[in-house]
Amino acid sequence: MQLTVWTYEGPPHVGAMRIAAAMQGVHFVLHAPQGDTYADLLFTMIERRDVRPPVTYTTFQARDLGSDTAALFKTAVAEAYARFAPQCMIVGASCTAELIQDDPGGLAQALDLPIPVLPLDLPSYQKKENWGAAETFYQIVRALAKNPGRTKDASAPPLCNLLGPTALGFRHRDDLVEITRLLAELGVGVNVVAPFEATPDDIARLPDADFNVLMYPEIGDQAARWLEKTHGQPCIRTIPIGYAATRAFIAETAKLAGLDPTPLLTPNRSRLPWWSRSVDSNYLTGKRVFIFGDATHAIAVARVARDELGFEVVGLGCYNREFAREMRAAAASYGLEALITDDYLLVEDAIDRLQPELVLGTQMERHIAKRLGLPCAVISAPVHVQDFPARYAPVMGFEGANVLFDTLVHPLVMGLEEHLLAMFRDDFEFHDAAGPSHLHTAGSSAAKLASDRNRAGRSDSADTLYPDATHSDDVRLGEVRSDDARSGPSDSAHRPSAPPWSPEAQAELMKIPFFVRGKARRNTELFAAERGLPVIGVEALYDAKSHFSR
Amino acid sequence: MSDGGGFARLPSAAPLRDRDVAEPMAILRERGQREVFCGLTGIVWLHRKIQDAFFLVVGSRTCAHLIQSAAGVMVFAEPRFATAIMEERDLAGLADANEELDRIVERLLARRPDIKLLFLVGSCPSEVIKLDLSRAAARLSARHSPGVRVLNYSGSGIETTFTQGEDACLASLVPEAPVSEEVAQDLLVVGALPDIVEDQFQRLFAKMGLERVSFFPPRRSGAIPAIGPNTRFLLAQPFLTDTARALEARGATRLSAQFPFGAEGAAHWFSAAAKAFGISQERFDEAIGPARARAERALAPLRAELQGKSIFFFPDSQLEPCLARFLSQELGMRPLEVGTPYLNQELLAPDLLALPKQTRLSEGQDVDRQLDRCRAQKPDLVVCGLGLANPLEREGMATKWSIELVFSPVHGFDCAADLANLFARPLRRRAGLKV
Ligand code: SF4
Ligand code: SF4
Repeated sequence: MQLTVWTYEGPPHVGAMRIAAAMQGVHFVLHAPQGDTYADLLFTMIERRDVRPPVTYTTFQARDLGSDTAALFKTAVAEAYARFAPQCMIVGASCTAELIQDDPGGLAQALDLPIPVLPLDLPSYQKKENWGAAETFYQIVRALAKNPGRTKDASAPPLCNLLGPTALGFRHRDDLVEITRLLAELGVGVNVVAPFEATPDDIARLPDADFNVLMYPEIGDQAARWLEKTHGQPCIRTIPIGYAATRAFIAETAKLAGLDPTPLLTPNRSRLPWWSRSVDSNYLTGKRVFIFGDATHAIAVARVARDELGFEVVGLGCYNREFAREMRAAAASYGLEALITDDYLLVEDAIDRLQPELVLGTQMERHIAKRLGLPCAVISAPVHVQDFPARYAPVMGFEGANVLFDTLVHPLVMGLEEHLLAMFRDDFEFHDAAGPSHLHTAGSSAAKLASDRNRAGRSDSADTLYPDATHSDDVRLGEVRSDDARSGPSDSAHRPSAPPWSPEAQAELMKIPFFVRGKARRNTELFAAERGLPVIGVEALYDAKSHFSR
Repeated sequence: MSDGGGFARLPSAAPLRDRDVAEPMAILRERGQREVFCGLTGIVWLHRKIQDAFFLVVGSRTCAHLIQSAAGVMVFAEPRFATAIMEERDLAGLADANEELDRIVERLLARRPDIKLLFLVGSCPSEVIKLDLSRAAARLSARHSPGVRVLNYSGSGIETTFTQGEDACLASLVPEAPVSEEVAQDLLVVGALPDIVEDQFQRLFAKMGLERVSFFPPRRSGAIPAIGPNTRFLLAQPFLTDTARALEARGATRLSAQFPFGAEGAAHWFSAAAKAFGISQERFDEAIGPARARAERALAPLRAELQGKSIFFFPDSQLEPCLARFLSQELGMRPLEVGTPYLNQELLAPDLLALPKQTRLSEGQDVDRQLDRCRAQKPDLVVCGLGLANPLEREGMATKWSIELVFSPVHGFDCAADLANLFARPLRRRAGLKV
């Protein structure tokens, strides 16, 4: 058993739902109890989908067990077929149905429907959501894209498939537009996008393309490999996130398609390079950033953070073990050991220990950062409702690089303001409580959180899907109380060897602007502990400062 | 058992005795796909209510994901609930699963010394593999007493629907109450309410002259009120079937009343207590009069807004019949279909009798057929779960998310207008938007 508070990934059948919901003409019959229907709201609320996901749940109950759950399943399949008239069905079991072993695949086959009915094997007690999505997509491709592609007119422009975009993905909707535009400009046509809005017929046409572009390996890798092996379609695997990676992607694609990339490689395609070189960005140098997400996004964003914004990557990791190898290799290139875990508490501990100046992560890290008083931006699924912006906001391609510049810089205190705060820190109007004006947190609370994180006040503000209910929830069930705060681990628990602070040093520490105070505190404690100082005085604070300054 | 009817001088509801079984309402019972949460969901509000309790779900990744999604993802840093996710090897042998559970509880309690009451919450997987959580609870209770008590209940989706999780939880808490040997009559209000509502209720009871009033569940696990034959109890929530049964088995007596939604519902509910405790009509009127008048004043403009509008309830929390009663009787809305996952006709009798006769009651669900009926009737407002709301909005219907009705303070006089507003807002918003 694994003790879990919050999870990065749902069960594998939620991954299967993400494929079914992304596609057209596919219906998923899931053998599952009623509570599992919660998964619908992920699509209708988080992604604001305006149709129900194409999923029928059998919703068997205790009284059905042992008698007729199998019959229930067959009826559900037959009725779903009659009502929704899909071109293809997928069937599977959730965690509970897996235990009662009704064999959904066999039962559905027995109905002899005139459409492909694909059984899914989704081992709930071993695998998770991304795996389930990848497996489902692979099974659909394998079953429907059997026939060789049409032989193409040699004069026709090269064609590719875009693989991986799906429901509930981080910015998939806009990445798709951006990459399609880039390819069109290069002279490459898009044959099929899958699974996003693909029909079963579209899947059957996958082999018509000359090659594949694997946009999201977490979802499409297995299918891409199969297409490569079976239909000899080469695959572009460079992820076009960031300026350099987008250029590399263009070069690689042009080479494969026998086209000239130069028109797309002219400077000024993206604002990122100049935005980053302009002098006001100097202050970004060496900003300590912690990055966590799915492996693909985390690795790509780390590269952008270091090479294109001049940050220092101090922590890097992912929650999906399937890509542990890639992640370890990437982390090593930053001199780091990758944090590969789906335990949210371990991620929180790592952030707390490292005291980065910026956290880039999933919505889980957003909550961690909020509580620790650190600036943060979301760069990866799992996503929340605010990660589906109304505006066009890809993270891939040249526009994606622009978006990333803004995303990574906006949470930070602006450069000029940072100088002013430092210069006038003794001015009464620049006391901590003033806080940065662009962060919505009341200045005083932000300052308090950053300066005094040992306090119990770690309860987060309610952040729910139900904006109306947010406040009333607190009213209904009592105050957000400090006893909800985690008992432990305190700062001193992290650094058991750190000596105590003298009152003078403590006072001096409080004069340091709050947004660098955490770092100063951490460095000083480290410095003092390494030297075995019995107590941290003002001298130690400044010795540490000079020791750590570059 | 007291019926409480008539005492509050209800204008539109006839005294119960007159109508009774004479006109049984037709009830549509369906057994198809349900679109409702399972009982685990109750943890989202229960863990806020009992402040030193922890809820440990013994389940799967799905269960953890459900609670996280229902809670709107991450409301609190480290809340007082968690899931022990079963893995492949836990399924292989029950002995190992028990050992694993003991180990997890050990770790949890070491980490959270503030926990005084631990609920082991059963799920579909734990039920199907027949992991005996009551034995586990007894074993762990013995090991960790006196500091921590360990109880268990099932919130599994094969046995419980949404609010039935609270019912199962409270029912498991009843045996923990000290046995009352007092003679003087006590009043117990049953059902998790927001603290602010409890305080409002307490003040009104005090004005009526009722001082011996307590609430169940208590805010702290050490403060469970004594329960015995001298206990009269009022349910604050209609979904507490098993809890009511457990209390009655203890010798307590249930006071029947409409549930305290709206001004009339609340008056009816308070009057049941007044009657049972021999409070004079005069004193009762004096005590609740100002609150009732305030509620009626606040409801008047909302009545103007909602009057004549039709409403369709998809099943969700079992609150549906009482809400339909409030909306029709007090605000003039027209309930077309009132769906509920489970209909307890006994507990709901006073509310059911006050429903317009042409109302279609449905129990259970076949969501696709129900959607067909809903589309055919084109109601002005649909009350439904989060999975259905946006799709129905896209089809042109105005919707109200039902889950908000269990997450918000909606009981009693002082929340009556807030409750009505939850239904008025979607309509007002549609009327106001020019996009
Ligand atoms: S329905 Fe069963 S398996 Fe699904 S979340 Fe609820 S308890 Fe867990
Ligand atoms: S004052 Fe506010 S808006 Fe202006 S630079 Fe500072 S943070 Fe930005």
